[in-house]
Amino acid sequence: MNSLKMKKNMIHVLVVEDDQETASYIVKGLKECGHNADHAADGREGLLMADSTEYQVIIADRMLPKVDGVTMTRTLRGSGNRTPILMLSALGDVDDRVAGLKAGADDYLVKPFAFSELQARIEALVRRAEPESPDTVLTVSDLEMDLLKREVRRNDQKIDLQPREFRLLEYLMRHSGQVVTRTMLLEKVWDYHFDPQTNVIDVHISRLRGKIDKEFDVSLLHTVRGAGYMLSEPD
Amino acid sequence: MSQINPFKSSLVRITIAYVLLFGLSVSIILGLIYWSTIVYTTNQTDENISAEIQALSSVYAQKGYSGLAATLSERVRQQRPGDSTLYLLTDHNFEPLFGNISGWPKVAYDKDGWLDFRLDDLLDENGGEFSARARTFEVENRFNLLVGEGMKDLRNLRELVTQALIWSLLVTVVLGLLMGYMMRSTLRSRLTAINSISREIMKGDFRQRITTKGSGDEFDELGDNLNIMLERIENGVEGVRRVSDNIAHDLKTPLARMKNKVEELHRKFDIDSPEHKALDNIVAEADGLLATFNALLRIARIEYSEKRKEFGSVEVDALLEDLLELYEPLTEEKNQRLNVLTIEPVTVLADRDMLFQALANLIDNAIKYTPADGQIEISLIDADAGAYLEIADNGPGIPAEEYDNVVQRFYRIDESRTTPGSGLGLALVSAVLRVHQMQLTFEDNNPGLRVRVGLPKLVQKKGSAAKT
Repeated sequence: MNSLKMKKNMIHVLVVEDDQETASYIVKGLKECGHNADHAADGREGLLMADSTEYQVIIADRMLPKVDGVTMTRTLRGSGNRTPILMLSALGDVDDRVAGLKAGADDYLVKPFAFSELQARIEALVRRAEPESPDTVLTVSDLEMDLLKREVRRNDQKIDLQPREFRLLEYLMRHSGQVVTRTMLLEKVWDYHFDPQTNVIDVHISRLRGKIDKEFDVSLLHTVRGAGYMLSEPD
Repeated sequence: MSQINPFKSSLVRITIAYVLLFGLSVSIILGLIYWSTIVYTTNQTDENISAEIQALSSVYAQKGYSGLAATLSERVRQQRPGDSTLYLLTDHNFEPLFGNISGWPKVAYDKDGWLDFRLDDLLDENGGEFSARARTFEVENRFNLLVGEGMKDLRNLRELVTQALIWSLLVTVVLGLLMGYMMRSTLRSRLTAINSISREIMKGDFRQRITTKGSGDEFDELGDNLNIMLERIENGVEGVRRVSDNIAHDLKTPLARMKNKVEELHRKFDIDSPEHKALDNIVAEADGLLATFNALLRIARIEYSEKRKEFGSVEVDALLEDLLELYEPLTEEKNQRLNVLTIEPVTVLADRDMLFQALANLIDNAIKYTPADGQIEISLIDADAGAYLEIADNGPGIPAEEYDNVVQRFYRIDESRTTPGSGLGLALVSAVLRVHQMQLTFEDNNPGLRVRVGLPKLVQKKGSAAKT
């Protein structure tokens, strides 16, 4: 996997999951990606571990023995713990998601999920937890985005983008070097939680690619097979 | 209730039948009273007359003509006003000699020897029009004697009874109608309560129950029985939901684990190796299966959800613009024309993501089934009769007899079996629109399909204030 080969800071993750199988799948996967993961089997243990160690991301299952995921999140937020929390659940309904997010979770992922989806979201969460750059200009290689003038240039050549293409590129640039999944794009760029029957996102990506990559020697926007897309500096 | 034609309402029919039956029984009772009174009075009169004739004939036998005349004059003199016994003594030529009527009645005897005649002309005093009944007897070929009774009392009685009959009938009808009306409104209010609860339940709220008064009457019994039935249905529905959740847990989870393991394995092989490609296919298959599971569970959850309380106001026009913007490149890729005819502002009460999903499925279908170079027309119209969204394509369309079937789970028209899809897309649309109480209708677009989504508008404070 492309993202595996990326040199990246190690992320310290706490996985709170009662299902042994799922937990070991997540922990093993994270370790393979070069991250560090601890496991808690129930909500109470999760709370104790989150209090004693500083994690960069907490992955919490919604249904947990002793203290459930939503309560655990609320408790952590109540005690001032701001660690990004990704909630996992077999329930994909909108109100379940809303309940999770209201309690203070930062993202919500419905089971079953592709590991690449989880990985992409964890990395996005860590990036978001870092203080948002006050930059008004985003840069990836020779691609430049001026957020104030709402202008995009590559190699000093002005590129005209539709408003949505601009938002799409902005999101990709803010997460440059990270895999961004199609679902993440739908949720974050289009702001709809839904399941498209066809890969509508691919068409939008290929349009964007036509504008920012086509006439240049080096491609910046890559497709990560089985996962999503990544905008990154050329090697 | 109120929309029922009054001639079809069984309560109206019951009321009418009730009034008729009651009226009929009152008439029969009064008729019987009338009849027996008349018969009794007539018999009484006949007996009196016969007795009088007996008495007078014996007076004649003992005292002769003078005695008879004296007795007769005594009788007539002693008559009090109101007494109506008639006497007439004539010679053998029926020329009146003595009596209180002026002439012999010119009528024939009936078979029992009685004379029934009108008294108007024969009476000196005023008395109006009434009839009389008399018996005669011949005294030794020299005289004829008539003894009768004026039927004034009988006439009065007849008038009295007739009036009583009319009034009782009137009172019966009025009371009957009143009672019928009261009965109808009582029944109606009980039935309306049951009907309105039934309608709520039809909308999917199985937790509604019919309130009973606790008086143990027939309606309480009906309500209790319906409630027990609802309890059973709710348990059934709850059972379906539980089974769905169990499917989610018991089948989805191991499937997901299997997929995870395949993915793990997948990562161990080189991207270009045949094993990697084979595993790719397995992952894709598993994804397809999981997607079908998820769609099924989602439909089941939506169908039995009580989400309406959590709905918010959604601007369909804005949502549609987003949707078109998202799908427009797809139509361009297929070289289809996407014509937006009109988009008028419409606000509805909805779950934004659910509605987006439903409309996305419809547009996605239009794009999928419309051939390259085809045309898709979209309009969102806020008409007086109601707002609606229309998506019309010039693809192969759906045969009219399949309209009801295509919204069933896993139903696919034969022609479309080869196109990819789970057969759940329209079922999901239908489920979503049903919880939103939005109407989904199909029409022939000649050629193609015209899908219409009726949108119940949210009453807008701003809009209505401006109009009034």
